[in-house]
Amino acid sequence: MYIGDFKETYASDQAVFVNTTSRFWLGVLFVLLAVFPFVVGDYLLFMANLIGITIIGAVGLNILTGCAGQISLGHAAFIGVGGYTAAILSSRFNMPFLLCLPLSGCMSAAFGIIVGGPSLRLKGMYLCIATLSAQLILEFVFVHWESMTGGIRGINISPPQIFGVVLDNDFKFYFLTVTLVIICVTAARNLFRTRVGRAFIAIRDRDISAELMGISLLRYKTYAFAVSSFMAGLSGCLWVNFLKTVTPEHFPLLESVRYLAMIIVGGMGSILGSIFGAVFMTVVPEGIKSILGLLVSVFPNAMSFLFPLQQVIFGLLIVIFLVFEPHGLAEIWRRIKNYFHLWPFDH
Amino acid sequence: MSILCVDDVSLAFGGLEVLCDVSFEVNEGEIFAIIGPNGAGKTSVLNIISGFYRPKKGTVFFKGADIGHLTPDKRAAQGMSRTFQNIALYHGMSVLDNIKLGAHSHLKTGLMGGLWYWGAAHREEMALRKKIEEDIIDFLEIETIRKQPVGSLAYGLQKRVELARALAMRPEILLMDEPVAGMNAEETEDMARFILDIKEEHNITIVLIEHDMQMIMDISDQVLVLNFGQKLTCGTPDEVQKHPEVIKAYLGREKNQ
Ligand SMILES: Nc1ncnc2c1ncn2[C@@H]1O[C@H](COP(=O)(O)OP(=O)(O)OP(=O)(O)O)[C@@H](O)[C@H]1O
Ligand SMILES: [Mg+2]
Repeated sequence: MYIGDFKETYASDQAVFVNTTSRFWLGVLFVLLAVFPFVVGDYLLFMANLIGITIIGAVGLNILTGCAGQISLGHAAFIGVGGYTAAILSSRFNMPFLLCLPLSGCMSAAFGIIVGGPSLRLKGMYLCIATLSAQLILEFVFVHWESMTGGIRGINISPPQIFGVVLDNDFKFYFLTVTLVIICVTAARNLFRTRVGRAFIAIRDRDISAELMGISLLRYKTYAFAVSSFMAGLSGCLWVNFLKTVTPEHFPLLESVRYLAMIIVGGMGSILGSIFGAVFMTVVPEGIKSILGLLVSVFPNAMSFLFPLQQVIFGLLIVIFLVFEPHGLAEIWRRIKNYFHLWPFDH
Repeated sequence: MSILCVDDVSLAFGGLEVLCDVSFEVNEGEIFAIIGPNGAGKTSVLNIISGFYRPKKGTVFFKGADIGHLTPDKRAAQGMSRTFQNIALYHGMSVLDNIKLGAHSHLKTGLMGGLWYWGAAHREEMALRKKIEEDIIDFLEIETIRKQPVGSLAYGLQKRVELARALAMRPEILLMDEPVAGMNAEETEDMARFILDIKEEHNITIVLIEHDMQMIMDISDQVLVLNFGQKLTCGTPDEVQKHPEVIKAYLGREKNQ
């Protein structure tokens, strides 16, 4: 019989994966992640990489917007800064990938801190506009600083190399992506077990009384922008190395909006929600596309109006979803988990 | 010895005189109550002490030093903490996390330490948890709700959690704005007991605003009476109760109600 979580020490009570059940499922997850690339085809491997790269970006945005309450419309541009940094460092300076990766993160973080600076004065809508202009300015720079960014043609790079292994296909790249996803998710989760994460949430919920607790708004808002855009930079670096090219059209305003939609659908302020959101926003459009593809093969004449329908269906799905579950996929997950609380150890 | 001294303080919002030449001294280790009808300026006095309002005139001394130039977070760091008339907890967070927030300025974990977590940050969190469990959660008898989100708690319990958070700041002086407002008799009695224990076991000086006369007379060492922003009198509960102006002000109020 289950008689509640009885824990011997505070340490085990504070642990993230507290009981045998969640340890078990975590183990299952790792095994699945390890087996996955050996059993699936090229298309799914490609998708898995895409999703992983998106997850890193989404976790970053969720820390800033979902947890610390600082809304940003410039996330795609920060990803872009990371991407261009990686491309330039690798194509011009032949810098090894393992150096490019942290440097891309740092470059984005620096931009994030600069853009986040005004957040001390600006709130809500005003901060939104400030980040929006950062997005537009950076987009402009990507296109027009041709000597550096290669303009609209962009930059092509050779596949990354780690410890002598050239990651020239999706299979090899998968292991890099998964490793980085695990590191970023763990680091984000860690942060919210300490005073830094608590300070973020306090700032989101009530600026003034946060200050009364001795929390410096300047310091923690800067931290939030730094961590968030560092992860954006990592995501950008991976993205560019995965596609082996970078062009400005990868980082438009719409992509920033897509990231916001992702964390809203997944669950604001929830790390797990960022993962769900990233999966949803990557997989569902593909699903719609393949269903429509089937329909077109049956009714070839419908082609002309079915394809534009993709976006509409996707948009509708998001709206319907938010009406019925405003707290996002993470909330649905929580309910399912509570329902199956103890399985398979519920003897 | 006086730990807090409010000297000749006046406050105005535009043309509205909220406080007029108010002076009083709080002795170390006592319970100092501020009473008065609605709108008398009680909360304003606390706001001046904790640094939210700047007085038009007058000085506030804390531990012998003028603190007029310090912002609220600096005053908090010097050992002042406070609870609010309208509870100011973080509703999305658990009770435990809310209390931990109170200890923020006693912790050291930085950004990198937080991302890495294992090692120093972990040890710090464990020590904090232990301290909070032993000193605060046990003491305030909130063991059963420690994991619940604050938003789901009854009003009386939220007040208790707010007190817990203020205690986690390890203050020397605790400012409480109407700690038992809206509580039933039993909850009020519990809270009165906690306040006495805080004074006696933790040696914390308490400044308290309350409308509950019974409780004020039972637990306070000194009582300040405010009326329309002016100090009517200040003294022991007995002295204050016998004061003719107080009887007049309070009887007058009852007649109007
Ligand atoms: N920020 C402010 N701006 C304008 N007027 C204010 C402000 N704060 C307080 N006042 C006014 O000052 C007067 C005293 O308010 P205060 O909140 O100090 O009263 P109080 O004694 O705490 O009353 P209550 O018992 O209702 O809590 C009131 O008339 C109030 O309207
Ligand atoms: Mg008041």
